[in-house]
Amino acid sequence: MDLNKTVGKPISRLEGKLKVTGAAKYAAEYQADNLLHGYVVNSPVTKGKIINIDISGAMAIPGVIQVLSHENRPKLAWFDLQYTDMDAPPGTVFKPLHDENILYNGQPIALVVAEDFETARYASTQIRFEFEEKNFQTSLDQNIGEARAAKKGFATALKPPPPPPTGDFDEAFANAAVKVEAEFHHGTEHHNPIELFATTTVYEGPGKLTIYDKTQGTINNQLYVANIFGLRYKNVRVLAPFVGGAFGSGLRPQYQLFLCVMAALHLERNVRVVLDRKQMFSFSHRPPAIQTLRFASDINGRLTALGHRVLAETSNFEDYTEPTASWSHRLYPAPNTLFEQKVVPLDVYTPMDMRAPGGSTALHAIECTMDELSYKLKIDPLELRLINYSDMDPSSKKPYTSKALRACYLEAAERFGWDKRSPEPASMTRGNKLVGYGMATGIWDAFQFPARVEAMITSDGKLVLNNATTDIGTGTLTVMTQIAADELGLSIEEVDFQYGDSKKPFSMFQGGSAITSSTGVAIVIAAKALRKKLLKKAGEIPHSPFHKIAEEEVFFAAGQLCLKSDPGIFITLKDIIAFNNGRPIKTTNMGKPHMLKLRKYSLATHSASFVEVEVDKDLGVVTVTRAVTAVAAGKIINPKTAKSQILGSMVWGISKALHEETIMDTNLGKYINTNLGEYHIPVHADIGELDVIFAEEQDELINEIGTKGVGEIGLVGMPAAISNAIFHATGKRIYKLPIHFDELIG
Amino acid sequence: MLTETQDLKQTSAGSHTIDLTINGKHTTLSIEPWVSLLDCLRDHLNLTGTKKGCDHGQCGACTVLCDGKRVLSCLTLAVMKNGADITTVEGIANGEELHPIQQAFIDHDAFQCGYCTPGQICSAIGLLKEGKANSRAEVKELMSGNLCRCGANVGIIDAIMQVKDGGSYE
Repeated sequence: MDLNKTVGKPISRLEGKLKVTGAAKYAAEYQADNLLHGYVVNSPVTKGKIINIDISGAMAIPGVIQVLSHENRPKLAWFDLQYTDMDAPPGTVFKPLHDENILYNGQPIALVVAEDFETARYASTQIRFEFEEKNFQTSLDQNIGEARAAKKGFATALKPPPPPPTGDFDEAFANAAVKVEAEFHHGTEHHNPIELFATTTVYEGPGKLTIYDKTQGTINNQLYVANIFGLRYKNVRVLAPFVGGAFGSGLRPQYQLFLCVMAALHLERNVRVVLDRKQMFSFSHRPPAIQTLRFASDINGRLTALGHRVLAETSNFEDYTEPTASWSHRLYPAPNTLFEQKVVPLDVYTPMDMRAPGGSTALHAIECTMDELSYKLKIDPLELRLINYSDMDPSSKKPYTSKALRACYLEAAERFGWDKRSPEPASMTRGNKLVGYGMATGIWDAFQFPARVEAMITSDGKLVLNNATTDIGTGTLTVMTQIAADELGLSIEEVDFQYGDSKKPFSMFQGGSAITSSTGVAIVIAAKALRKKLLKKAGEIPHSPFHKIAEEEVFFAAGQLCLKSDPGIFITLKDIIAFNNGRPIKTTNMGKPHMLKLRKYSLATHSASFVEVEVDKDLGVVTVTRAVTAVAAGKIINPKTAKSQILGSMVWGISKALHEETIMDTNLGKYINTNLGEYHIPVHADIGELDVIFAEEQDELINEIGTKGVGEIGLVGMPAAISNAIFHATGKRIYKLPIHFDELIG
Repeated sequence: MLTETQDLKQTSAGSHTIDLTINGKHTTLSIEPWVSLLDCLRDHLNLTGTKKGCDHGQCGACTVLCDGKRVLSCLTLAVMKNGADITTVEGIANGEELHPIQQAFIDHDAFQCGYCTPGQICSAIGLLKEGKANSRAEVKELMSGNLCRCGANVGIIDAIMQVKDGGSYE
């Protein structure tokens, strides 16, 4: 039977053919009758008021249908709660075109709707605005005096503030044998998926809409639209069968959805709104942060004090936080700890989760500080991690459901050749290049959300599953199909997983590396119920050998229900449905985390990254020549798609360490590199040899399928490993990201 | 109601009539001079396989083959290509039979979200025809105009190298 199992096999993406032939359709690619095109106008002013809008120039252009602004928009819900979404931080949610106030540079202030895209875009330049400008603050560095604790709210449950201090940190740090204090600066980053944010709204008649939207949460956006525009939930359908990357930017509804729906309802027409690349910098982003770390150890390298203070940007209307300050204590035991995290409100849009939010920023600082400590102690950096290794979570004092981090360290070190490292900085060369080796640890949460799945066997004996989740390129379709196929003893071809549609049973948005565990568990629960129903129905057939047979006495394989005692006695699923007069046998079930049991444990994935860099002696140019990341993330359903998730995250790590940053001109209060020519992400030539190892990690506690998520963990350790390799190559410790060549010359 | 029919825009005073051969099919259409080849393909001919990622020639997602050469369709006005032979990602496969590059992309998991993929594939086919890239390093360099935000870079280059070494792209 195991020969037919698909879980654990490197099956190619099932939607692959659609993606390589151009047949996969994304949000902006659905055609509708007499489609109108919207183009958004954004505020060139950072803070102030709109005191006048003259749309006559735009309206005079043939083909322009309407210009919507706060002055003439339809009446809408006014209560903040109606604008909120599943991922809204505490505060006052931003309401597009709500009133004359400008809260940030790039805020949408009007929507031009025209018969075609070019006309709408041109008309957007022919609207005359008068503004009253106010003073603004957009510099994190200049406003650290404004730092305060974040407000608490619904979102605080998933993003708790740091735990209270333990021991006496100040005393322990002051008197420590060995200590490091360092301040780290991280810049703003924008998600920049290659697909532009887009919505196509099909007006189906009064109060009824079909919406193709770029989102990570079909139901999240369905509720958002219905609440704001006062529509019945069942009359709002949000579809996102293909999503061209999102990386967190699709966790909240973005303003093109709001504007597109508003226009469609107001004009009673089909409307599409697509943002341009510059506009992709006008909403969420990873917040810039300043972190102060103070770590101390005894002379043997055993940590005695961990201090981590975080100041991070938020907007002036919502308090966004991402857990950053307390990660070190989830890895390393220390009797004295002090973790603080504050927000600095600025005149910008609210930051938002971006791949490994908090963790990737925190672990860079933590693992660079550990590296610096290792040089002070003259202990190998890997050895220092092993000296401070803990099987339990020192922060919560709970055991991990599983933790194969030691295997990650050892397997990756061996594959990488860490033993060939010469300990002294700037001691290894290759021609005109300095060579450096660096390593770092990664840790990330293993989340699971409740999810519902409908599962049915149809008259052709196939299994059809329905769930509202998206597949943002993670491999969700393929992985869910594999899980389901094994549960019912079917082949991949006999399973049809349908998704990306708010009409289907509940899924949270696709974030936090959680969907495989969330929808995957729901599939297992639904499959169990379905097997029971199939057996019961088979037992009802006259003279059935399955009459009054217990579940434990049968198995499902090759599209058949078989007796364990005599596998020669079987009935096909098709025949069971035929006996049911051809009607599908179906069930809908909820999968959810076992909260009571899991409260006694800490839940996390782990990783270890090892990196080699070359640094040009004269020019300071850094190349990541090779990297190995070992990941412990429980069961790997599909090694091929999971490896791609880790490889992609490693590329993100290279990008964070060496390339990407949105630069704010704090005099103008606006980002100045809002295009892909100046917002650098790695190109093919920047990527060297990347290797991925999945450490064996069996986790029978975490959930029914033993998975812990692979979407983010591969990123977390990479930036620090690269920074540490650069220090090893050059002897220069750079306390900011990204690291630029000019900081390494001279 | 959704329609799959192509939506030819009303002819306005300033529009031009152009002839294009797209994926082997001859098309005559009337188009304003300011419409990019990219928007012409996507909005006027419903060939949405070609992607818009930046509209500035910075990401490569809109790459198509014009008379066999790779061009950025977002930086090309449709009227400039009157008479040209254009291949988009929809015209790469031979019916149901995938082009070796397409199959190699699937085999090497050379994409995740799939949005940059049509541009990567057209660019790779153009690159192999150019015959300039002789090593992995050169392939990486000459494919660097095509960004992939999912970070599928290793798979993309592996896929191209496999086809290049197998010589099956002619």
